[in-house]
This record gives sequence, structure tokens and C-alpha cells, in this order.
Amino acid sequence: MASVAAGFWQMSGYAPYVWGSFGFAAAIFLWNWWAPRVRRRRLIEIVHDE
Amino acid sequence: MSAAWAILRRELQLAAQTKTDWLMPPFFLVVVVTLFGLGAEANDPRLAAFTPAILWVASLLAALLTLERLFRGDYEDGTLEQLCLARAPLYLTVLAKLVVHWLLTGLPLVLLALPLAVGLGMRAEGLPVLFAGLALGTPCVSAIGGFVAALVVGLPRAGLLLPVLVLPLIVPVLIFGAGAVRSAQEGLQASGPLYFIAAILALSFSLIPWACSAALRNAFD
Amino acid sequence: MWTWFHRLASPPHFFRLAERWTPWIGVTAAALLAWGWIGGLVFAPPDYQQKDAFRIIYVHVPAAAVSLSLYSLMAAAGVVALIWRMKLAECVLVAAAPVGASMTAVALVTGMLWGKPMWGAYWVWDARLTSELVLLFLYLGVIGLYQAFDDARAGARACALLAIVGVVNVPIVKYSVEWWNSLHQTSTILKLGKPSISADMAVPLYAAVAGTFLFCAYAVLRRVQNELLWRERNTGWVAELAS
Repeated sequence: MASVAAGFWQMSGYAPYVWGSFGFAAAIFLWNWWAPRVRRRRLIEIVHDE
Repeated sequence: MSAAWAILRRELQLAAQTKTDWLMPPFFLVVVVTLFGLGAEANDPRLAAFTPAILWVASLLAALLTLERLFRGDYEDGTLEQLCLARAPLYLTVLAKLVVHWLLTGLPLVLLALPLAVGLGMRAEGLPVLFAGLALGTPCVSAIGGFVAALVVGLPRAGLLLPVLVLPLIVPVLIFGAGAVRSAQEGLQASGPLYFIAAILALSFSLIPWACSAALRNAFD
Repeated sequence: MWTWFHRLASPPHFFRLAERWTPWIGVTAAALLAWGWIGGLVFAPPDYQQKDAFRIIYVHVPAAAVSLSLYSLMAAAGVVALIWRMKLAECVLVAAAPVGASMTAVALVTGMLWGKPMWGAYWVWDARLTSELVLLFLYLGVIGLYQAFDDARAGARACALLAIVGVVNVPIVKYSVEWWNSLHQTSTILKLGKPSISADMAVPLYAAVAGTFLFCAYAVLRRVQNELLWRERNTGWVAELAS
């Protein structure tokens, strides 16, 4: 079982490329989810203060 | 039509008064090419191979120099607003301004590129194609650049924004222009890419003045 | 039909509509992305030629597809914004730009990471990569242009013009690079045959594509909402919302 998991993470030797791609994509997706949320909170604060 | 002629005459007269406007771009081109010559090894044969790319990039950058001021002066003294309100179609006015921009900056570059190419060691068979490519390509830069200049007219950071917006739009002109010279040097047909630049030229001079006038009107809304 | 259209274009109405729909779009997108990515990483069999490196397809292809679609959306919104002077279209235009730019970046980075083991180089000047790079520049140009304007409406219309000119430019770039590459056929790109993609590889890919599209719809709608909030900050409905 451990060797299966290790083989999965190794991605037959392409680990940096595969995990790098998925990691970068995940980071960008998270940013796209997170950035509008933060901006909205700030906008509501600004409108509220005025 | 007579309005367009009047604009053409006025622009040329204005340019005659300020010599730096049309002296600087050719000078810039010479300086850039000299820097390339100094940056490479003395008499490096690879420099000759890179000549089309160097000349094309240098002349595109030189043409960019004056674009910011294409509408800036007229914007600041209010002439542009009058031109937008005038009865003469803005399309023709803009076209006249673009043609003048090419006459003052593009044409000297085209003429100057040939001696510079010889100086960099380019072989003779590429020269006519280089000349034809630049003659067709620099008006495209004037048109596309003029459109972007109209977009950013009146903006405080226009000087920085302008090159960043123009360069991606003129990628095809550069590729076809420099590629045509290389295929001529390799003994291949160069007419294909030249026709493509001609097509881009026709496309930009028929469509860009419309987009350009829309951008100028937008600046005054 | 037209009354419906005008109602949709009214900022408070659209805001409320988006408020109702975005959570569902987001949840569906997350589920589809989880299906596509986990299915692609864990359950899809390795490719016989590319081994496990082919799994990058599950992020690369959806991102590339969505980057082109978002640019078309931007240009279409630009046309609507210029002809009908519709505020909502202006908001869609400026909201699509950052999302599109980030997806283009994903397509480029994953393409480079895929290219290194497959072609032996991170970057080759082939038509697709180059047009994607120019697309990124165009997106960044739209973002920069919009930021430079103080007046949101004038800025959005300037961006609309730039997006429309850019949409003409992208196919010309692609064609020019294709011609340029045919000039020197010395490139040693490993020609990968069209992989006959099997169902257990393809289904997660479809899920990932659908998930990415829905996710971008979610992100764009959220940004449109923010844009509407900002532009209408002095109106009653925003004040009501903020209190």
C-alpha cells in the first residue's frame, strides 16, 4: 500500500512537472475565489462608512 | 476631403517648426543599431544574421517614440476637441494625422535602414525585401500605434502604457517583416509574407481610423 | 423578451440574480473540478507514451480553452458596451480581464511544465504558445488601461475598443507564427501522434473543462458584482445592502 502511494506521488518520474502544474493551477484558482471576496468586504465597508 | 488636406498641411507646418520631432526617431534608430554593433563581438558574422531582427525591432521602437505626442499637443490646447466637434468627419482627420506621422517618422526610418543594414554586414539579396517590408510595415505601426495613442490620450501615465499596449498588437508585422528578409537571404520566395504585411496595412488603414476616432470621442465624453 | 433583457441589465436586479445563482455555480464547479482532477490524477490510467506526465492535460487544456473563451466574451461585451452603452456589459468586460489573464497564465505555465519533459524545452516558439503569450499581454494591457482611467465608464469603453482590436489580432498572430515556423523546419519537436484517448481518460477531462468554465463564470460574476457595487455606491440599493 505504501509503495502504491509512493508511486502515485512520484508520477513515474514526472513529479515536479505534474505537481508543479496542479499546484500552480490550484493557487490561481484559489486566488480567483479569494480576491473578489476580500474586495467585496472592503467595498461594503467603504459604502457603510460613507 | 479639403479638411483632411488642411490637417495634413497644418501638421507638416507644425513639424517643420519643431525639428526634434522628426530628427529624433532616425537618430534613435542609429544609436540602437550602434549599440548592437558595440554589444556584439567585432565583425561577428552572427550580427549579419541578426540584422533583419535588429533593424525591425529598432525601427518599431523608434516609431513608438513619437506616438505619445501624436494627439497629446492637440489634446492639451483644445484643438482635438474642436476637431471632434467639427463638421469634417473625424475619420478623415485621424487618417491625415496618421499619414503625417508616418511621413515624419516612418519614412526616414525606411530610408535609413538600408545603409544601416549594409553597415551591419547584411548581404545584398535581402536589401530590397527589407526595404519593401519596412515600407509596408511602418505605416501599420503608425496606424496601430495611433489607435493606442488615442486610447491613452489625456491619461497621466500614458508614456508607460503606450508601448506595452502597442507591442503585442504589432507582433504579426514584426514576424512577417523580419521573416521575409530571412527567407530572401535563404533564397526562398519572400513575396508571400510581404503580401501579408500589405494585407495588414490595408486592414489597419481602413479600420483603425474608425476605432481611433471612437477612442478620441471617448476621451471627451 | 426586451423587457426581460432590460430588467437583466438593471444593476440591482442583476446583482440579486447573481447573488442567488453564484453559490450554486460555485458548488457545481468545485464538484466538477474535484471529479476531473482527482479522476485525472488517480483513476485515469497512465498514457502509454507520456506515462504520468500526460495528467497535466487536466489543468492545461481547460485553462487554455477558457482563456480564449473569456477573451471572446470580453470582445463581445465590448461590442455591446460600445453600441448600446450598457453598463452591465462594461462591468462584464472589466471583470473578465483579470480572470482571463490568470487562466492564460495557468495555460502558459502548465504548458511549459508539460513541454519540458515532452519536448525537452520549457518554451518553443510554436503558434499556440506564442498566441497564448500575446493573449496574456492583451489581457494585461486591458487591465492596465482600465486602471489608468479615473472615470470607470470612459475606461471601460477604451478597454472595449482595445479588446475588439485585439480579437482581430490574435488569429493574425497565430497565422503569422505558423508561417514563421514553416520557414525553418529544423525544430526537433517530438511529434506526438493524436493520442487515442480512452473513456476513463476523457471523462475526467470533460469534467475538468466544464468545472473550469463554471468556476470562471463564478469568478467573473463575483467580480461583476463588485464592479456594480463600486459604480452604484451612491445609490439606495447598495446602501441598503451595506447596512
